[in-house]
Amino acid sequence: MIQLIINGQPQHFPVHDQMRPLTNDHDGAVLNITQLLEHMALRGKRIAVERNGEIVPRSKFDEQLLINGDRLEIVVAVGGG
Amino acid sequence: MDSLIIAGKTYFSRLLVGTGKYKDFAETRAAIDASGAEIITVAIRRTNLGQNPDEPNLLDVLPPSQYTLLPNTAGCYTVDDAIRTLRLARELLDGHSLVKLEVLGDPRTLYPNMVETIKAAEILIKEGFQVMVYTSDDPIIAKQLEEIGCVAIMPLASLIGSGMGILNPWNLQIIIDNATVPVIVDAGVGTASDATIAMELGCDGVLTNTAIATAQNAVLMASAMKKAVEAGREAYRAGRMAKRLYNGSPSSPVSGIIASRTDKAL
Repeated sequence: MIQLIINGQPQHFPVHDQMRPLTNDHDGAVLNITQLLEHMALRGKRIAVERNGEIVPRSKFDEQLLINGDRLEIVVAVGGG
Repeated sequence: MDSLIIAGKTYFSRLLVGTGKYKDFAETRAAIDASGAEIITVAIRRTNLGQNPDEPNLLDVLPPSQYTLLPNTAGCYTVDDAIRTLRLARELLDGHSLVKLEVLGDPRTLYPNMVETIKAAEILIKEGFQVMVYTSDDPIIAKQLEEIGCVAIMPLASLIGSGMGILNPWNLQIIIDNATVPVIVDAGVGTASDATIAMELGCDGVLTNTAIATAQNAVLMASAMKKAVEAGREAYRAGRMAKRLYNGSPSSPVSGIIASRTDKAL
């Protein structure tokens, strides 16, 4: 299991076969952002992602590994004035 | 053609509208189309975890290819929140850099915190954002915002969501007289005549959301706002007559009247 704080809420993500566990060369990394979004049914949606206060460009979703305790913000555009 | 230029881009509508508080996306879209607005504001919010993945997205209803989307920092009370929000917005909108900055100071009045707003604007401008800035109607602050590089100054006419109209036309007048970038009244417009008054003062545009979205008939009010802004702009360009209390000057000829009053004088 990996714990991520997503939009302020602790969320646990199991590592399973479809997630293609990655090697541990990033201090316990078990999934990348593309895989996380897949898991959350958000892949391909119009969203933007911030990890630990830094923007993660869409082009880096595949290579950005997530580690236990990472804080993520996943945002959308909504109606506003 | 009388056009509005913001950060080098030309617009033909001087009405900017928000996309909040509508019943549903269909009404949002219908009202925005009726308003004729080219620039529309959107907010950036956390995605609802566990939401139905097929839920419609605002950007599908209002595609960035058809409008100039203006992401805002509504609800942000700190420099850090405002900056992070707009960085996320830029990523979300594929590098789009025109943004509306507001840093609020108080949840009851939604009055802007200008000290924090100026700090945030400086950082954003350094990062390459084109900042349209929500401000109090203080002419000195407004000028400072222009001097640090904001591309439009957006003073309140009255408090956000209040619909109280143009409360201090004299301050707006001073801000307009001093500015070399567009001045757009943001907040406080309650009905069409408020928008007209703002434009007659010489504002370059009006931004409104609540007045349209919470009208009994939002689409009709959107259409009214469009006409009001156009009417006010034309009146401003035409140049109004001077006001005078006495010394009235009738529109019709003063001689040749058949009235006996002139005959008796003979």
